[in-house]
Amino acid sequence: MAKKISILIVDDEESVRDSLYNWFIEDGYQVECAENAKKALAILESGNYDIILADIKMPGMDGLEMLKRIKFLRKDSIVIIMTAFATVDTAVQALKDGAFDYVTKPFDPDDLSHLIRNASKQIALMDENETLKNQVVSLENVSDLIGQSEAMKKVLREIESVAQSSASVIITGESGTGKELVARAIHSNSSRKFFPMISVHCGALTESLLESELFGHEKGAFTGAVYNRKGRFEMADSGTIFLDEIATISPKMQVELLRVLESKSFVRVGGNKEITSDFRVICATNRDLKTMVEKGIFREDLFYRLNVVNINVPPLRERIEDIPLLVDHFIKKYCLSMNRPIVNIDAIALKRLEEFPFPGNIRELENMVERAIVVGNGKKISIKDLPLGKEIVNTTFESLDDLEKNHIFQILNKYEWNISVSAKALKIDRVTLYNKIKKYGLKPAR
Amino acid sequence: MNLESITLISFGIFEKGLLETVLNDVENEFQVPVRTQKGHLDLGEFYDSGRKQYDGNRLLKEIEIRFASDTGKTLGLFNVDLFIPILTYIFGQAFLNGRSGIASIYRLSNERYGLKANEQILADRFRKEVIHELGHTMGLIHCQNPICVMRSSTYAEDIDQKEHHLCSKCRADFEHHQNI
Repeated sequence: MAKKISILIVDDEESVRDSLYNWFIEDGYQVECAENAKKALAILESGNYDIILADIKMPGMDGLEMLKRIKFLRKDSIVIIMTAFATVDTAVQALKDGAFDYVTKPFDPDDLSHLIRNASKQIALMDENETLKNQVVSLENVSDLIGQSEAMKKVLREIESVAQSSASVIITGESGTGKELVARAIHSNSSRKFFPMISVHCGALTESLLESELFGHEKGAFTGAVYNRKGRFEMADSGTIFLDEIATISPKMQVELLRVLESKSFVRVGGNKEITSDFRVICATNRDLKTMVEKGIFREDLFYRLNVVNINVPPLRERIEDIPLLVDHFIKKYCLSMNRPIVNIDAIALKRLEEFPFPGNIRELENMVERAIVVGNGKKISIKDLPLGKEIVNTTFESLDDLEKNHIFQILNKYEWNISVSAKALKIDRVTLYNKIKKYGLKPAR
Repeated sequence: MNLESITLISFGIFEKGLLETVLNDVENEFQVPVRTQKGHLDLGEFYDSGRKQYDGNRLLKEIEIRFASDTGKTLGLFNVDLFIPILTYIFGQAFLNGRSGIASIYRLSNERYGLKANEQILADRFRKEVIHELGHTMGLIHCQNPICVMRSSTYAEDIDQKEHHLCSKCRADFEHHQNI
């Protein structure tokens, strides 16, 4: 059912107020009257009205001044200015000050009906816009972060509590656990959600490229800089900047970054004009930054600047109960993108997936499901469609450390965590293997 | 509260037989006794020389004070051009869920718009306008149904688009108001 539109009539002439009141009441609107601007503002402070129909000439505060004050109270208010003394100047001024429309008294009954119908349409559009925005946000949340395990619920609670603030966040977790999705969820639930979230993968760029990428550059700043280019900090104005693989940035960039975070201003490469930008920083890493600080590899002051809030995303092996939900989500995602009918997964295959350690976490599971849909018979995913027995080549690891960790983890699982046999297979001694297990925080799967 | 009667009071001259037709249609629509009577008012007191029209607000108040009763609905019928301060003209108006209303035949005739006179169309428009204003006195607001008599009409030809009956929703609302 459509919402009942409320109208506030503000006019010093009683006969005008009565006429409009009777007219709108017969149309089924909720109507209130005020004989001057002061009373109207008092009414508006205690209640919300969809449309305000105000006379321009009133003793005391006039309609134009009242319009400014109403717009200060509620920016989206629809104010229609009426007057018996129409001049182009006042009409233009009213519209400049944010009036929805301007009418000269007396007007045709049809004009009045049109005016209110148009205003009602505008209100309906604004309401619809608000509803859709909220729906988009909730859709993003639902589709992005899948999981009902306690570990994921904890992450969701942390996202919710941190989203509304502007505090810097470090998201930690193994490769492939969905750190960027957590960053997106924080951004989508924050007041910055209608501004961009700009992602920068620090590990993929050299120092000079990263500098140019983050701060932008002026034309001629270096060979190949043929145009002025905005940096990522500038693009993230009013929004969020997401710095992935933050642990990989060089000491020089750490200093630069600290300065920008403290002043929220910077200069483009090759430029001299200071640019300010209002952004929120969210970082992600799969390394232990605290240990890096202790070893002097990562600046302590930058660490504390970034680490206002820490969210740790659990590895998949610690949230096995989410695997069926994730599998179902990826099946739908890939079947739809490949324009195929939605397939099922048989119980044995699902059980094997639940037992698999997934060193590459959700990214690995996603790749596995995608592969199964491509090579499968199009009806049901079975064990033969899943490369569980073979070594999975995961090309998404970016660092040698990730690759080494993954490999050691697979060998340990293959030999059921028999350290001597695993060390022999890896051609390293047992002490070295113990050190590597400790370094990467490896644990046997449940 | 059950509606006991409707009184249509004519001020001025109307075509012979017109009021009788309207009376029958109103009686059929609301299923209560309807009576007509002649009223006397010095309309000059309500004339606005600046606008060359008659003040609908003041006329409505006059009908309410001098002719309305608690036992039924009273509608003043006029043959003059009505206005309210904010609008250039009105066909009629009434107190919503009140005791009285007014309606004028003045702007309903084809001749006002340079068309050939048509008594049948005029009578049809007038009965719809009378039933419409009485509907307001019975608590009915404007209806979105394009053929319902409670549909708002701002031009005479708009009135031709609707019927002289309440739609099922307005009928149900009317009965609901009667049973309160």
